[in-house]
Amino acid sequence: MNLLGKLSWSAIPFDQPIIMGAGAFMVLIIVAILSWVTLKGYLPYLWREWITSVDHKRVGVMYFLLALVMLLRGFADAIMMRAQQAVAAGSAEGYLPPEHFDQVFSAHGTIMIFFVAMPFVIGLMNFVLPLQLGVRDVAFPTLNSVSFWLTASGVLLINVSLVVGEFAKTGWIAYPPLSELQFSPGVGVDYYLWSLQISGVGTLLTGINFVTTILKLRAPGMGYMRMPVFCWTALAANLLIVAAFPVLTATFAMLLLDRYLDFHFFTVDGQGNAMMYVNLFWVWGHPEVYILILPAFGVFSEVVATFSGKPLFGYRSMVTATMAICVLSFLVWLHHFFTMGASADVNGFFGVMTMIIAVPTGVKIFNWLFTMYGGRVRFTVPVLWSLGFMVTFVIGGMTGVLMAVPPADFQLHNSLFLVAHFHNVIIGGVVFGVMAGYNYWFPKAFGFKLDERWGRASFWCWLVGFYVAFMPLYVLGLMGMTRRMQHYDNPAWQPWLVVAAIGALIILAGIVCQIVQLVVSIRDRELLRVSGDPWNGRTLEWSTASPPPAWNFAVLPDVAERDTYWFLKQRASAEQAQPVTQHQYEPIEMPKNSAVGVVNAFFAVVAGFALIWHIWWMAGLGLLGTFLTILVFAFRDEDEIQVSAAQVAQFDRIHEPEVAI
Amino acid sequence: MRHALLAVGSIATLTLTGCSEGVLSPQGPIASAERQVLFNSLGIMLAIVIPTVLATLGVAFWFRSSNSRARYMPDFEYSGRLEMLVWSIPAMTVLLVGGVAWVGSHDLDPRKPIASAVNPVRVQVISLDWKWLFIYPDQGIASVNQLTIPVGTPISFELTSSGVMNSFFVPQLGSQIYTMAGMVTRLHLQADHPGTYRGLSANFSGDGFADMRFDVQAVPAETFAQWVDGARGTGPLLDAASYTELAKPTKAVAPFIYPAVAPDLFNGILSAAMPPHDPSRLTYLGSQGAEK
Repeated sequence: MNLLGKLSWSAIPFDQPIIMGAGAFMVLIIVAILSWVTLKGYLPYLWREWITSVDHKRVGVMYFLLALVMLLRGFADAIMMRAQQAVAAGSAEGYLPPEHFDQVFSAHGTIMIFFVAMPFVIGLMNFVLPLQLGVRDVAFPTLNSVSFWLTASGVLLINVSLVVGEFAKTGWIAYPPLSELQFSPGVGVDYYLWSLQISGVGTLLTGINFVTTILKLRAPGMGYMRMPVFCWTALAANLLIVAAFPVLTATFAMLLLDRYLDFHFFTVDGQGNAMMYVNLFWVWGHPEVYILILPAFGVFSEVVATFSGKPLFGYRSMVTATMAICVLSFLVWLHHFFTMGASADVNGFFGVMTMIIAVPTGVKIFNWLFTMYGGRVRFTVPVLWSLGFMVTFVIGGMTGVLMAVPPADFQLHNSLFLVAHFHNVIIGGVVFGVMAGYNYWFPKAFGFKLDERWGRASFWCWLVGFYVAFMPLYVLGLMGMTRRMQHYDNPAWQPWLVVAAIGALIILAGIVCQIVQLVVSIRDRELLRVSGDPWNGRTLEWSTASPPPAWNFAVLPDVAERDTYWFLKQRASAEQAQPVTQHQYEPIEMPKNSAVGVVNAFFAVVAGFALIWHIWWMAGLGLLGTFLTILVFAFRDEDEIQVSAAQVAQFDRIHEPEVAI
Repeated sequence: MRHALLAVGSIATLTLTGCSEGVLSPQGPIASAERQVLFNSLGIMLAIVIPTVLATLGVAFWFRSSNSRARYMPDFEYSGRLEMLVWSIPAMTVLLVGGVAWVGSHDLDPRKPIASAVNPVRVQVISLDWKWLFIYPDQGIASVNQLTIPVGTPISFELTSSGVMNSFFVPQLGSQIYTMAGMVTRLHLQADHPGTYRGLSANFSGDGFADMRFDVQAVPAETFAQWVDGARGTGPLLDAASYTELAKPTKAVAPFIYPAVAPDLFNGILSAAMPPHDPSRLTYLGSQGAEK
């Protein structure tokens, strides 16, 4: 028996300069950061304050950071693809051979969806939800840390695949039979499956955690109809996670059984049926896009209302629309494969259902419009992102509905028109939303604002870059170009692909501006320092200090209205006299730091890596390790520390004037 | 806004000039009808999308905080009439486009034969790694990576795959359809004008995917008959053995013709979707799946 399974030195592609270069670069950066941290003596601080932290704000920031790093990786893939397609016309083969190009587009899709968009959105929800709900943490703080580190495990595995072995060459949807052992005998699909299985568990736990938090832990007096709309959209998104992610896990489990134990769920032989995978994948896949976009809708709702100085127009409408989307998103999955040969009735039904889901989405656009109507709109960076979103998303929604018409889809399916459409809604919707939220809540998280000028520059580069990069893809789709082509023989496509590549470079400039914005803001943080309420906010997160203390609120707020904080500010200014409140401070119990998340994730990586390479003894050790970690945690004696009333009072006395009403 | 116009403009420009190849330059009844559906849906939606985009930018600009002439209404957060409007505008748009979708999916169902006085020509399509095999069962010939069809005649396709899923697509003739092992999908297309049209696979199938191209030669009926006569003759026979040979993965295969085809080969492929290396393992049934 081979102790290292399928693993050998030949797994590392020493003969591929591009891969080895990228790998060496990555390793170098990691080593540089690690040695800097160690030499400076930051390691204990990082361990104590971040790695083992179960504070939802810290976990949220780490999610966001993880997503930012992976955005760079995913974007590097995008640039490589655009460059390849810009040159590989006619007899030219470009610089990426098919077996490499295929990995690049598969990794790009997988990373951008699972390890960029998801952690961005989950990071925002992590940071914002408890603050908006007026509570001290999420329902299960340690579980939250476990979720984050499981996501990080998936990230680690997918990055290891760059250097050790290969990644899937199947596209990010990994349809069988192509992803079956018969056609993909390498470890690429196994990397794909195990990294998504592990991070998928993390996502599901997050979903359970947040749903519980929203349903059970709201500030006194905060009925459902007094929750900020972001909380509603987060509730909808997390309900979708809880309902949809098990489907993905089960589907991947079946594919794993096919690949590891010779089952025949989706194989060509043995009565397998690949159509089942396609259906199940999209039963998860369509709700997934709403898991991403609904919290973004929530961000826009908060941003537009705050910066218009008005309550959100049609709150009840917004809530209804959100929940309608939540339910309807499970009834549209077949529109991802109208071309599979279903009957006209089936195709027609799913086409119409897809359009019906566009109604609540349209309602939201109009409601944001009427929120601005009669307001005093301050054109801050978050507002720019929101306006860019409203214009861009309407176009993306239109092309989406266009493809929901089955006969149109027969022509546009799998074409670059489709690629343009979903980038139009994911960049124009999710990314713009995340960036709006990032600029909006950053001062809350760190106590200083992000630089406005670089923020604007970043926005304009992203916006212009998006249009230059993706409008040509719409055209190419209409010209009959399908996706995932390593080279092509139609010279008429090339000029459009060159323009698209230029667009990608403009987006790159946008990303660079964002990094510069962060660096400049950290440098100038004393100049950009803000109080607890820098934007004249409406919801509870602005009623505490920036950054908030570990316990968020010294005294849990009493909620009597929607937009509580705004309402309190209004009442105070109307009554002129400042009501002098004498708080009765009480000791606060906060969850203790825990290493269970990071230790568990370590063993998950060991198990995942071993399973990928068929190193059975190591897989056993890894699984045993995760089990023991959780077991040890379960037998803990105490998991809370007490913050004394005096400490709370002291912090509050210093910071209360910041947010005095 | 500029960008929105640019987007709409670029699509419109292409529409008007009719790009030389692609779905906006249809060469048959199915593609023409689909283009019409596309335009109808787009037209209905633009009628609402353009005003919405303009209104968004207009409202944001007018109600900018520095504009002292704009009226500040800090409590304007509900209006029953506006809510009515807000729900009914998208609902009505969707009613129209939904109608187009429902009627369209029935009219242009890929399985539906094209009504014509001319008898259809049958073609059996098999996607292989990585090339296309076209069998003409009634003519007893087959071709690889080249599809010759008579103009003005409905072509009735039966499609399957040797293994990996692909999508058979000729943009200028209309609908694409998946090819899946052990299952038959059906498609009906027709070319109205002689010419050479590009065909390709629209579903990624592995390393040789980019070269899964074929030309569709649409020729007058007499020329088609001549082509069939010329193709028939002595030469390699396509039977189970030579099919197994052909099914082995190859890339960028130059077109060629099989002058003779073993009868019922297509059903043989279907009932035992043979993997190139181990034809004995498989007992896949064609009865399940897309074809009922």
